Amino acid sequence: MASGVDENDEMTGPAIEVCDLRVERGARLVLSGVSVSVARGRVVGLLGPSGSGKTTLMRAIVGVQVIQSGEVTVLGLPAGTPSLRRRVAYVTQAPSVYSDLDVRQNLEYFARLLGVGGHRVADVIRTVGLVGYERQLVGRLSGGESARVSLGVALLGEPELLVLDEPTVGLDPVLRRELWQAFHSLSDAGATLLVSSHVMDEAERCDELLLMRKGAILAGGTPEALIARTGADSVEGAFLTLVDGEPER
Amino acid sequence: MSRQVIWATNRRVLEQLRHDPRTIALVLAVPALLLMLLRYVFAGQPSVFQSVGVPLLGIFPLISMFLVTSIALLRERRSGTLERLMTMPLAKADLLFGYGIAFAAVATVQALVTALVGVGLLGLDVAGGLAIVIALAVLNAVLGSSLGLFASGFAATEFQVVQFMPAFVLPQLLLCGLIAPRNEMASLLQWLSGALPMTYAYDALVRAANSAVISRALFGDVAVIAGFVVVALVLSAATLRRRTP
Repeated sequence: MASGVDENDEMTGPAIEVCDLRVERGARLVLSGVSVSVARGRVVGLLGPSGSGKTTLMRAIVGVQVIQSGEVTVLGLPAGTPSLRRRVAYVTQAPSVYSDLDVRQNLEYFARLLGVGGHRVADVIRTVGLVGYERQLVGRLSGGESARVSLGVALLGEPELLVLDEPTVGLDPVLRRELWQAFHSLSDAGATLLVSSHVMDEAERCDELLLMRKGAILAGGTPEALIARTGADSVEGAFLTLVDGEPER
Repeated sequence: MSRQVIWATNRRVLEQLRHDPRTIALVLAVPALLLMLLRYVFAGQPSVFQSVGVPLLGIFPLISMFLVTSIALLRERRSGTLERLMTMPLAKADLLFGYGIAFAAVATVQALVTALVGVGLLGLDVAGGLAIVIALAVLNAVLGSSLGLFASGFAATEFQVVQFMPAFVLPQLLLCGLIAPRNEMASLLQWLSGALPMTYAYDALVRAANSAVISRALFGDVAVIAGFVVVALVLSAATLRRRTP
């Protein structure tokens, strides 16, 4: 099932192309033949309840997931290709930064790995709203604050594709709005963002949606199209209608 | 491999350590204190202290760097930073060398403190000179670090990695010749002892303690230790996986 992502505005092909992806973790079939296409320059929401396979799909896209079968192409290359490590950034759900370093030391380390200048560290600290926290140990920050450090690391290299696993969980609504604005200005500058969430109310902030349930893509398209197609009054309603077996066309 | 990435990682590991002054104090002081304790345990037998003390100058760094490194890499795995690094432009060898160089630097300071206390304060006699003992201590620390990196690949939890110390290191300590002379062991144990890296660390230190000239045999021991370091690093690179199930 392909998502209804528009491709005609880009000559360069989709940012992500997943074809019949199957992933087993342990004895469990986590993804059962997922096919998706994500156009460049969009903010795409990957929505679904927890346990629906969002993280596994994202891990496959960034090339850290062992897959059973299927193809994952990212920016025209097979997922996990070494040259993609500069062009794709991934933020895991749990903040993956060093708790025994301060905010600036964390960002400086990753900036050195990427070979980007120190000015990016200051820029990123502003973008994620951590001005004044530079010398704070990450281990002493709140969950939301350390999540922002982790997000900041992904912004350092100005990647073409950002894969963000639940980046706004537990954040203050004002900050959440600011981050979504930052996501959109990144996509206006040409980046593609794949953002997962288990909260349906984030749907309206996305250009496109992929609804996921039980290891399969339920539907894809713009929020408006999904709502119109199902006759529901919200994305959550559309999701429920789709689950209840409403025909998709 | 990238020199820039190795140095960045080296610097990051040392910065992490700097935020943990208690660990620094323990790493630097514990070997020297143990050596003092040993001196008083063998107060009536100075020759025993001499024959055990010099090898220990080189074996302490091996043990403490094994512990520190294996736990550091386990934390990297558990905190998700390893997975993040694996999605970034960093070669596995960059990470391993970054760790190795950082802990070798710590071990140099540790060896200096321990050797100065051992030789200066407690009267250990090193015929080959202090510089050789410190060089061997640093080499052994690098050996301990690389064994720790390897062992860490087999530990899923902190409990497991701490248990690797007695499982991995104590048998070597028993078989290396420090507790009982190797030539008095059963032939199976002698053979086993010859397959373990600490045996060569012990031999090298005994040679340095007893002879003012750097013998060919000492070079041989150093070469074997370096070989173990390379093998352990290659094996630990194999335990680092970019893709996981």
